Amino acid sequence: MTLVNEPIERNQNRKKYCRFKKAGIKFIDYKDPNFLLKLVNEQGRILPRRLTGTSLKYQRKVSQAIKRARHLALLPYVADQLK
Amino acid sequence: MFTKQYEMVFIMTPVLSDQQMKDTVDKFRKLLTDNGAELVHEENWGLKKLAYPIQNKNTGFYHLIEFKSEPSLIQTIETEFRRDERVMRYLTVAMEKHHVTYAERKRSGLVGKKQTENN
Repeated sequence: MTLVNEPIERNQNRKKYCRFKKAGIKFIDYKDPNFLLKLVNEQGRILPRRLTGTSLKYQRKVSQAIKRARHLALLPYVADQLK
Repeated sequence: MFTKQYEMVFIMTPVLSDQQMKDTVDKFRKLLTDNGAELVHEENWGLKKLAYPIQNKNTGFYHLIEFKSEPSLIQTIETEFRRDERVMRYLTVAMEKHHVTYAERKRSGLVGKKQTENN
């Protein structure tokens, strides 16, 4: 047994990708709260690009869609235990 | 005449009866058509639960209207929304080309399926 920290097995080769580019989604619907729920955390905040891997172009559309959904009370502005 | 396609969602108070709700929708539909808008699509989502209370109400009647009109009409209709006490919330969105194709695909039940051609 060594006292040196051994590297933990992580998915090192897994590359992040933009789900919208990959699936060919051109428009993000603000009327579909169940889909938008994937892009917010439990408090209802928009997840950053560094976690979701979304490209900048689509992240802007995501945030626009989420904000529209919030205005129409389809998503909460603040919440806890959303998921 | 320069026209643009718009999508409008509004939420009416849950205290209305079914008939009053329909009257409200009729009023706005009439306002649109009287001002030369062309209705494309309409959807009634019925009574839905709100994600947070608006005017101390937890539910509301949702209604969606898709139409083509001149941009100047939006100002008039939004003023009317603000004046009308039966409407709690409204949102008007100008539709860009992907939005239009999405809406058409959704109506024909294609959303969620793989796209065959690039549109």
